[in-house]
Amino acid sequence: MLNTSVAIRDIAKKLLDEKKVDLIIGFEKGSVPLRSTPCFIRSTSEADRLIWNVSCENNLAKYLPKIKERVAIVAKGCDVRSIINLIKEKQVTREQVFIIGIPCKGMIDRRKVEAKLDGKEILEAEEEDDTIILKGPNFKETIKKEEFLHDSCQTCTHRNPVIYDVLIGDKVTEDQAVDEYREVKDFESKSHDERWQSFSDEVSKCIRCYACRNACPFCYCQECFVDSSQPHWIGKTTNLSDTAIFHIVRAFHIAGRCVDCGACDRACPMGIDLRRLTKKMEKDVKELFHYEAGISLEDVPPLATFNPDDPQEFIMV
Amino acid sequence: MQELEIAKTELVSLLNTLIKECKVFAPVEQNGFITFQEIHSGSEAFLDYINSKKPPKEIFFPQSEGLFSYDLSKGKGWSVEGPSSEKKQSIIFGIRPCDARSLVLLDNVFDGQLYKDPYYTDKRKNTTIIAIGCNQPSSTCFCTSLGGGPFYQEGSDLILVDIGQKYILQVVTEKGEKLAKKHNEFKEAEDHSLSLVRDTMEKADALMKSKIEVQKVTEKLDSMFDDPFWDLVSEKCIGCAVCTYLCPTCHCFDITDEVISQTGERVRTWDSCAFPSFTLEASGVNPRPSNKERYRQRIMHKFNYFLANHGMVACVGCGRCIKECPVNLDIRGVLNSILNH
Repeated sequence: MLNTSVAIRDIAKKLLDEKKVDLIIGFEKGSVPLRSTPCFIRSTSEADRLIWNVSCENNLAKYLPKIKERVAIVAKGCDVRSIINLIKEKQVTREQVFIIGIPCKGMIDRRKVEAKLDGKEILEAEEEDDTIILKGPNFKETIKKEEFLHDSCQTCTHRNPVIYDVLIGDKVTEDQAVDEYREVKDFESKSHDERWQSFSDEVSKCIRCYACRNACPFCYCQECFVDSSQPHWIGKTTNLSDTAIFHIVRAFHIAGRCVDCGACDRACPMGIDLRRLTKKMEKDVKELFHYEAGISLEDVPPLATFNPDDPQEFIMV
Repeated sequence: MQELEIAKTELVSLLNTLIKECKVFAPVEQNGFITFQEIHSGSEAFLDYINSKKPPKEIFFPQSEGLFSYDLSKGKGWSVEGPSSEKKQSIIFGIRPCDARSLVLLDNVFDGQLYKDPYYTDKRKNTTIIAIGCNQPSSTCFCTSLGGGPFYQEGSDLILVDIGQKYILQVVTEKGEKLAKKHNEFKEAEDHSLSLVRDTMEKADALMKSKIEVQKVTEKLDSMFDDPFWDLVSEKCIGCAVCTYLCPTCHCFDITDEVISQTGERVRTWDSCAFPSFTLEASGVNPRPSNKERYRQRIMHKFNYFLANHGMVACVGCGRCIKECPVNLDIRGVLNSILNH
């Protein structure tokens, strides 16, 4: 059976030896159970730190816009789509990036696991093929991976990297039958007041840490609108109006670019359901412009261009 | 004073009595995590927890706080109003010793020799702190490395030690003693209960696995400002404020004016040195232009500058930053890297 971690290390060492790249961005073991952490490898001796497992949830494409070196990046399906978009937005060139693509069956949502354990602390987590064995003070429990995946993984339709320079492992079957917009449609079917109340309740948890923004590969503006003081677009308070505006405007800023990698959702320390807005944006862009972000290097993002036959029912009655 | 204890079954009753006398803040379960809120009934308190998601500093130093408001619309010139001062007594119940200690640290900033912040001191002086010691520290806790501990006393007025069916009461201050004597839910402790206290504390100490020589970190930092170490250690940091806002000792803030036509309010809001705009000057110059300088600042401030200025390392080892950092940038790892550098 392929040991993905070993395969990643091998390709990393090869790339560095052959001087094809100056830097590898991947994952290494985290400091607490069920976590891994981004790592930056510049020498073959460091390459053995690289690992791959069910906790590699971060979208490493986040680090690409600032990088000037030739870089190899470990990327799962959603991450690769982010990279495609970043290339189209000219934040990085295709030649600069060596994509180590990993077909992905989903990443574990450790908050779902913690909820299942009802506050008991996990001291050890051992990953097997389909299960994870969790151990803590006075308990041992085995869980099925597929029952604890992130929401965005459960509805993923692009598990296999769309482009890559090397693919580690066999392609996995794509789930064509899943209705990825089921939750959005449920939400859309509610009344205006219900939707506003639900949305307000959700964003009221926000502490304006901007982890969502900073984890997103597409939030790379030199000055984010929330940091502008002239003009002072939005207030810095945690009042509902200020917080709601932040989330709504950010959702619109990434519309047509967001690939639903879930990085924002995973980064949020308060467990806010951020994908409620972003997934709706994604659905709207698909319906209005027949466009899916991050699939092709050739097509033009719909919000970066204009066609005379763009939908305009909201202007013309 | 005779040692006191309280049966766990009496806690709700005690809290209900306290609620009649003053504002009581306690840990409550909300949205799937624990947060300190004002409770209106003893049964709202949720005590089967390791620690709250957000630190209780927000009780004295809220994330958004109105400093004063003005109104020009009345056509009679200025009218400025500050917030009404907090007269009511408060109790924070169920705080952990690390968080209680963080309040002592924050006093250096908001209730110091030179500067006293009335928005903070007003609430602080009217508050009694009743902590519950940690029988089972988390694997991310490292309070003992910072001079604290699972039953550390400074910062609390009273500490409850959980020995099974009851809590033994440790009186730390006169304020605490007064409260204890006033409430007959506290009974005389049975002799054998007290040896259980010692056992409980020893067990908790043994569970504290992370041990870091913080004093040596401070010394090393003295000569590391220009070291390329900071480029590498900060590389994965995404520059958000999770660590800052969940930290019980972080205290930086911004002041902005929220203006609508003729009325306005000056508000203080939490800010983070992790943000680029934190040190952005009106000229456009930024003395901390990249993530590296900003991450360096976080570590230097907490483990070097604050100690030099106030005699305390600005960290209580609560581990919230370790649990919640989106990229698992573990401060214990950074401190160990500094020691090994």
